[in-house]
Amino acid sequence: MSEVTYKEAVRLALRDALAADERVLMLGEDIAAAGGAFKTTEGLMEQFGGERVLDTPISEQAIIGAAIGASLRGLRPVAELMFADFAGVCFDQIANQLAKYRYMTGGQVSVPVTIRLCNGAGAGFASQHSQTVENWFLNCPGLKIVVPGSVADAYGLLRAAVEDDDPVLYFEHKGMYNLKGDLPDAPDALPIGKAAIVREGEHVTVVATQLMRHRAAAAAETLAREGIEVELIDPRTVLPLDVETVGASVERTNRLVVVQESPLSGSWGATLVAALVRDRFESLDAPPVLLSGADTPVPYAGPLEDAWLIDEERIVAAVRGACDA
Amino acid sequence: MSPKTVSHATEQDAPSDERLLTMLQRMIEIRGFEDEIQRLFTQNLVRGSTHLCNGQEACAVGACFALREGDSMLCTYRGHGAVLAMGAPLEGTFAEILGRATGLCRGKGGSMHLTDVGVGAYGSFAIVGAHLPIATGLAFAAKHEGSGAVSLCFFGDGSTNIGAFHESLNLAAIWKLPIVFVCENNLYGEYSPLPSTTPVHQLAERAASYAMPGVTVDGNDVVAVHATVSEAVARARAGEGPTLIEAMTYRHRGHSRTDPARYRPEGELEEWLQRDPIPRLEALLAERGVAPESIARARGDAEQAVADALAAALAAPAPELALIQEDVYA
Repeated sequence: MSEVTYKEAVRLALRDALAADERVLMLGEDIAAAGGAFKTTEGLMEQFGGERVLDTPISEQAIIGAAIGASLRGLRPVAELMFADFAGVCFDQIANQLAKYRYMTGGQVSVPVTIRLCNGAGAGFASQHSQTVENWFLNCPGLKIVVPGSVADAYGLLRAAVEDDDPVLYFEHKGMYNLKGDLPDAPDALPIGKAAIVREGEHVTVVATQLMRHRAAAAAETLAREGIEVELIDPRTVLPLDVETVGASVERTNRLVVVQESPLSGSWGATLVAALVRDRFESLDAPPVLLSGADTPVPYAGPLEDAWLIDEERIVAAVRGACDA
Repeated sequence: MSPKTVSHATEQDAPSDERLLTMLQRMIEIRGFEDEIQRLFTQNLVRGSTHLCNGQEACAVGACFALREGDSMLCTYRGHGAVLAMGAPLEGTFAEILGRATGLCRGKGGSMHLTDVGVGAYGSFAIVGAHLPIATGLAFAAKHEGSGAVSLCFFGDGSTNIGAFHESLNLAAIWKLPIVFVCENNLYGEYSPLPSTTPVHQLAERAASYAMPGVTVDGNDVVAVHATVSEAVARARAGEGPTLIEAMTYRHRGHSRTDPARYRPEGELEEWLQRDPIPRLEALLAERGVAPESIARARGDAEQAVADALAAALAAPAPELALIQEDVYA
């Protein structure tokens, strides 16, 4: 067991995936010689060679398409989109090609492509480099989408993504790269599609991912001092969403607060609340709460971006409100 | 600028009479297949849309017959001919377009997504240009595995104005990938004549931007297409990188479905019908001294194969509804 950062966990998972399976290779902009814009791939080209860790031109369609094509011949490419927002440039390759290739061919092909995307707000990058892009692809059956929120999840979900026979979008939150946590010496892959109960509690179920998970955890500490015990759940995978684990928790707590770093419309939180209202309406003693960013782009200036993002105080207030209802 | 023609093809590269008869038979099968699809469409037996390749058979057959086992081919939604040229069964191809359980893709893809991985036909793509990056990836994997396999990628003239075309040629060139880009220039991007959308006269000129050879060939001459693509395939296998081939051709029918193609100038179709690739090949075979009965047999066998395949496909059942949920994930 050793303490590493989230960024280091990503790098270790890539290193171990490359070492474990010679079919694994990486491609992306500045990931090889430069070691990545965020230095998440530093040293990998030196260790595994330029034929397995490849720099590409600034050509997102070619990067994702090349990964798809390479996977058709049995390779397991890990493509990087430097900022998740750049998925807009290759939306067709992800939403129309990657997600549907197996289905439209009647199962003739597997496309085991992993795409790593750097996600999230809070770092002052303004609205084209700060989005929670996982929400764009919720409507694309055929994809799996993971959003690691801890050091162990960053490692385990990336190993699982590369080993998976389906395409997986793997979102790294740029605001968490320096987060520290424990990683076992020989860590395992984690199951895709399985939520984690981060903290057990009996009064209210709070669901959050990535940055919001950590703010919710801090809020839970504050609330515990008031006698409110929060059960905090991190879905970890948002497609397919583990509605069962959250539903089972709501059966016990009868209260639900979902916190997400995104506009409300078309979000995983909205999907989750809709599913729970549909399936567990009788279990809810209070209206479910969905805390989201405003339905606006992410603003640039510090005070604006801070206000756009849900903070600990708003989570505390929302949970209190749910428990008083 | 006048089209550059290929000068490197030699006599020994040329297909034998027997091979040419096989190619003729495949071209007639494709023509017959397309005519039947049009008829089935007007009978409401084909859903959505169709994009027929009547007139372009020499491109499909000439290029695909330059490949060997282990190579891959990707094509567009006007791809029935290319998929059949690779050797996909007529019956399964009919059945797919008819939406039957016995279709190549189990009725999940239809006319625009014909795929038969078993013969190297890795897909037909309905978003213009979307498959060029994927074909580039197939070529990357072939190079990575060191198998000597080649990736063949068909696309239309309209594709050369979309970003994916440029990203793919660029990547293929810098990585020196074993890929042959075959642009079937049929003079129209959907309903628009090429000069209204494109500033260069010959699309092969675009290869210069990517420092790869660009060759224009008569796409209605199956022997010329075969020779040109064979040379590019040989370059690719030898590790010399990609080639852009522009095959000048013409679609006898409109863009899709029942498009009457009134935007075409009077006389243009008639002029191109004079250059119909199938009679041209028949004339060539006769010139080479092939017996008329051999040519007639190729035609007869092709027509019989199409009729038998269609009858079998029409007798096949619709897919089970449970299939909706299958093939989403592994």
